[in-house]
Amino acid sequence: MKKLAVVLASLTLATSALANNYAIVGGKVHTMGSKGTIENGTVLIKDGRIESVLANGTAPQGYEVINAAGKVVTPGFIGALTSLGLVEVSSSSGVVDSSIEKTPISNTGAALDVQYAINPDSSLLAITRLEGMTSAATAINSSHYLFGGLGAIISLSGQSPVLKSAAFMTIDVGSEGAENAGGSRAALWVMLDKVLQEAENASSTLSAEKPWYGLNTRSDVDALKRVLKGEVPLFMRADRAADILQVISFKDRHPNIKVVLVHGVEAWRVADQLAKASIPVVIDPEYNLPGGFDQMGATLSNAARLHDAGVQVAIGMDTHNIRLAAQHAGNAVANGLPHQAGLEALTSIPAGIFGVDNDIGILKPGSFADIVIWSGDPLEVTEAAETVFVGGEPIEMESRQTKLRDRYLSLRKEGNNKPSQYQRSE
Amino acid sequence: MKITPSKLTLLAVCSATLFVAGCAKDKSKDVTQAPKVTIQSNPYPSTYKPIEGQPTLITNVTILDGIGNKIDNGSIYFADGQVQAIAQSGQTLDVAVNTVIIDGSGKWVTPGIIDNHSHLGVYPSPSTHSHSDGNEMTNPVTAQVWAEHSVWPQDPGFGRALAGGVTSLQILPGSANLFGGRSVVLKNVPNRTMQDMKFPDAPYGMKMACGENPKRVYGQKGGPMTRMGNVAGYRQAWSDAQDYMRKWELYEKEYEAGKNPKAPKRDLKLETLAGALNGDIRVHMHCYRADEMTVMMDVMKEFDYQIGTFHHAVEAYKIADKLKENNVCSAMWADWWGFKMEAYDGIRENIPAVHAAGACAIVHSDSDLGIQRLNQEAAKAWSDGLRAGIDIPMEDVWTWLSANPAKSLGIFDKTGSLEKGKQADIVLWNGNPFSTYTKAEHVYIDGGLAYSLTDEMSWPVSDFELGQVGEGDKK
Repeated sequence: MKKLAVVLASLTLATSALANNYAIVGGKVHTMGSKGTIENGTVLIKDGRIESVLANGTAPQGYEVINAAGKVVTPGFIGALTSLGLVEVSSSSGVVDSSIEKTPISNTGAALDVQYAINPDSSLLAITRLEGMTSAATAINSSHYLFGGLGAIISLSGQSPVLKSAAFMTIDVGSEGAENAGGSRAALWVMLDKVLQEAENASSTLSAEKPWYGLNTRSDVDALKRVLKGEVPLFMRADRAADILQVISFKDRHPNIKVVLVHGVEAWRVADQLAKASIPVVIDPEYNLPGGFDQMGATLSNAARLHDAGVQVAIGMDTHNIRLAAQHAGNAVANGLPHQAGLEALTSIPAGIFGVDNDIGILKPGSFADIVIWSGDPLEVTEAAETVFVGGEPIEMESRQTKLRDRYLSLRKEGNNKPSQYQRSE
Repeated sequence: MKITPSKLTLLAVCSATLFVAGCAKDKSKDVTQAPKVTIQSNPYPSTYKPIEGQPTLITNVTILDGIGNKIDNGSIYFADGQVQAIAQSGQTLDVAVNTVIIDGSGKWVTPGIIDNHSHLGVYPSPSTHSHSDGNEMTNPVTAQVWAEHSVWPQDPGFGRALAGGVTSLQILPGSANLFGGRSVVLKNVPNRTMQDMKFPDAPYGMKMACGENPKRVYGQKGGPMTRMGNVAGYRQAWSDAQDYMRKWELYEKEYEAGKNPKAPKRDLKLETLAGALNGDIRVHMHCYRADEMTVMMDVMKEFDYQIGTFHHAVEAYKIADKLKENNVCSAMWADWWGFKMEAYDGIRENIPAVHAAGACAIVHSDSDLGIQRLNQEAAKAWSDGLRAGIDIPMEDVWTWLSANPAKSLGIFDKTGSLEKGKQADIVLWNGNPFSTYTKAEHVYIDGGLAYSLTDEMSWPVSDFELGQVGEGDKK
């Protein structure tokens, strides 16, 4: 044990010794914090964190200068709800830790914990981060349990991925949740209340010697106690207005629980109540079709109407293409969401929901230097991330997708007769 | 039996006449001939009628004509359902007295978007099991089914696609089967029946599928369970179709010779396959991987037919030269990838790379959400190409959205570009359509105003949505 500690310490030292100081100058800086947007800003980066964000500043000595004139600077975007790191190829093959069958450790799903399942070498991380997304919430997306278990906040750096474990718990209280609970919401909500009541009343450390006949396993109880205390936000997925009203009354019954509404296709219909109950939402603002009878009110105006009512809106629900969250936010803006709220939906709001808003989703002294320099408006489909800092260092703008691209572009060059698999870049 | 190309061509010509009723000449000889058996080629005819339009002139507008020209500050005039004239700034146009004149300052005009890969109506919203009518997953070869017999015109997706500037679309069967059945091309004016939406005189298409889907669906149901099994399945089916064509050829020949032959029994499956072999029916093949597409182009040569379009074609960039050489289009997404193994090598530059190689590139949706923003899909692919050094002018990019899909569907003589005499399938955008923030302001189909952004009453509302919450995206 002692030996391990020594090794870790020296690694940390080595990293900080390598770190450079950077000054990003001349860009339009969206701080997403109290300084608002600075037209000609200077962001100083030191030892992996932001040192300062100044207007019209110049770079001091000893900082590598990065010219962002004519560019836009934002905090790295946050994937609000993904399965990044848990899945390589969704259907059939490869590593899939994003879905789960039965396990003896859990009866209600609450105990499942994805922090142990993250693969930092997943190709999705590099593919996603070079498009300006530097961290993400990741969770199991398919289980037949009541709960989907504990999700984590991960960095997309490709190293030590978990920024915050047990960052949230998920549950579906819509049609799919009802299906898992035996086919009816009439069972689902009774089950949920009983399961929570049991966890609340169970002694804080259930003895292994004494028998336990609960609806939850012992591990489920441990996890749910953290939800009940408000340490772990509860992500409740529901679409139809009636179900969302149940979520709001659930919040009334359990004022300590930090409730977040997920997907919320008809959330706009009860926007005032959501605002009053301080329930933020995570949505896909492009979802505008009545895919079922619980989604009849689907509209492209969902995000705008929620925002207008004072609800905090986070945007970004996907995995392989969570990199398109910026386009989703752009389309929310095209349908009435203010541009600033579109940016917040990708940064400060998800950071706030997960309680990591001192570290990510904001450019302020002391926060992580996860910073993106964009060619222009990040919500515009024709613009792109040009330079991405994760943890204070610019990343290699490379993924297996860019390598595939480069291989086959070079194959087309005149006189290049090498077989494709010998096309390698230096 | 080896079939030489020349012999096959002969076969094809003979059988082409099979499908045209009344083409046979009655050379009655000594034998008493029974009436000649001919096959009706259009048993479910279109009853489409355009929305009545008014002569319309849009002035001071940026025009992308869809065939490589950009006209700044131009004018477009359409009347009687057709494009009448496109004018540069300063030119004068003769217009009808009752012409609606729209100032297009700051706005853009393009041909209507044509999506050649949609499942609207066959996999409609709401997506209940009762509505799941897109895959006849009962046999790997179901060329006999026609998507038009599944299309539910009350799918709210049609109206949403219209708001995204989609004026025509091909509805395909799904990709579970080696041969999934016939497709149908629709004009996107939502109405009571499929026939009310059917694109008049559009050729039929036929869906085929490579790779993972057929082997997943049939692997435990008698096969195919491998890719080699897939290819054996295509080849046997084509061979059966050739045999069927020979039977009809013999019938034709004997009838022409004055004999009284018995007509072969119609086989609906082989009839569609024969139509694909003789070129009457366009082949649309779901295929992701470069190596599989290349095998299929050899199968195509072996049986002397033409694959019109590979759909999805996630690895088209790897073989863009071969696609050009074989005159096969690729219908692609801008950036979908990784949802299955055969989609693992998707890159953002696929579409521009195919275009740059001189092959035919198409942006398709295969999605009831994606179909609403195909202009954004093209914009992403275009700008990703630019950043990778593939410099394609914006005015050429629109060919991915209209002209090329129209060619893929065999309707480019009618629509897909803004040229005099073409159907007035036109979108007036409230800004540059290569922007997230731009929306279709007016969508005209055959000159009739099918959608207006600012007039809620002009938005189609399906029967399904009527009287329900939201009622077609109302507050």
